[in-house]
Amino acid sequence: MKFGVVRFPGSCDEVDAQLAATRVGEAVLLWHGDRDLQGVDAVIVPGGFSYGDYLRAGAIARFSPVMESVFEFAREGGPVLGICNGFQVLCEAGLLPGALLPNVGLRFVCRQVDLEVVDPDTPFTRACARGERLSIPVKHTTGRYHPPPEGADVVLRYAPGHNPNGSEQDIAAVRNEAGNVFGLMPHPEHAVDRLTGSADGLRLFESLAVAVAA
Amino acid sequence: MLIRPKAGILDPQGQVVERALPALGFEGVANVRVGRLIELDVEDPDQLPAMCEKLLANPLIEDYDVIYDRAGTNGAGA
Repeated sequence: MKFGVVRFPGSCDEVDAQLAATRVGEAVLLWHGDRDLQGVDAVIVPGGFSYGDYLRAGAIARFSPVMESVFEFAREGGPVLGICNGFQVLCEAGLLPGALLPNVGLRFVCRQVDLEVVDPDTPFTRACARGERLSIPVKHTTGRYHPPPEGADVVLRYAPGHNPNGSEQDIAAVRNEAGNVFGLMPHPEHAVDRLTGSADGLRLFESLAVAVAA
Repeated sequence: MLIRPKAGILDPQGQVVERALPALGFEGVANVRVGRLIELDVEDPDQLPAMCEKLLANPLIEDYDVIYDRAGTNGAGA
């Protein structure tokens, strides 16, 4: 199992994502200016502030050369995981439905939140049970999810009382229709060791490893 | 191009501004929406709506209006 983690100018969580992925497989960094995905089995678009969040968070990153290859990879059914800014990039790119708006409190939030697994039948959540709670941190300013009029396929919700950003219907994570593209605002890569509070984020990486091996 | 939150999209920035104005004695203000202005010079203005749809605005959450300044009297251009 080989993960590829995209590095844009302004990414800041790509090394944590790489280290998290290394717990279940091999992981390499993919430079935004390269089109070669190096034969990876799954792509992670990480958190950070790609291209300085100019215009709108994620709006510019989708035009980078590596994203052309990610589009192709996703079209062929390859699993793509977008975390935080990566989720914003995938929404702006049209690989995921909806958009992310500034937090309702207009402030940067950084805290541990509880999530509920709504859909365990995805390559990203298959190691979880329906309704199971995961404790994973969030840290963002633009995390208020707005689904399109036709709705979105929700995978994770903030548990009651845990919505940090005013996200509609408490949505924390969605997938595309085919199920191979998944994005979430919380940071599973920061929750892979009990030493730092929770290892629940590892479940998503384990799910992906099992899904790719299957 | 004037870009602003679509009707129905919660605009917390606008709400904060709306609450701040009466505190300064400006009464009777409602429906404050905070957006942004993008100025540019362009050879073919017919391209502007497509530019807004594809990049400058996100049509799912934002509305846009194109304001033409053919005399070039606005901003630093021309």
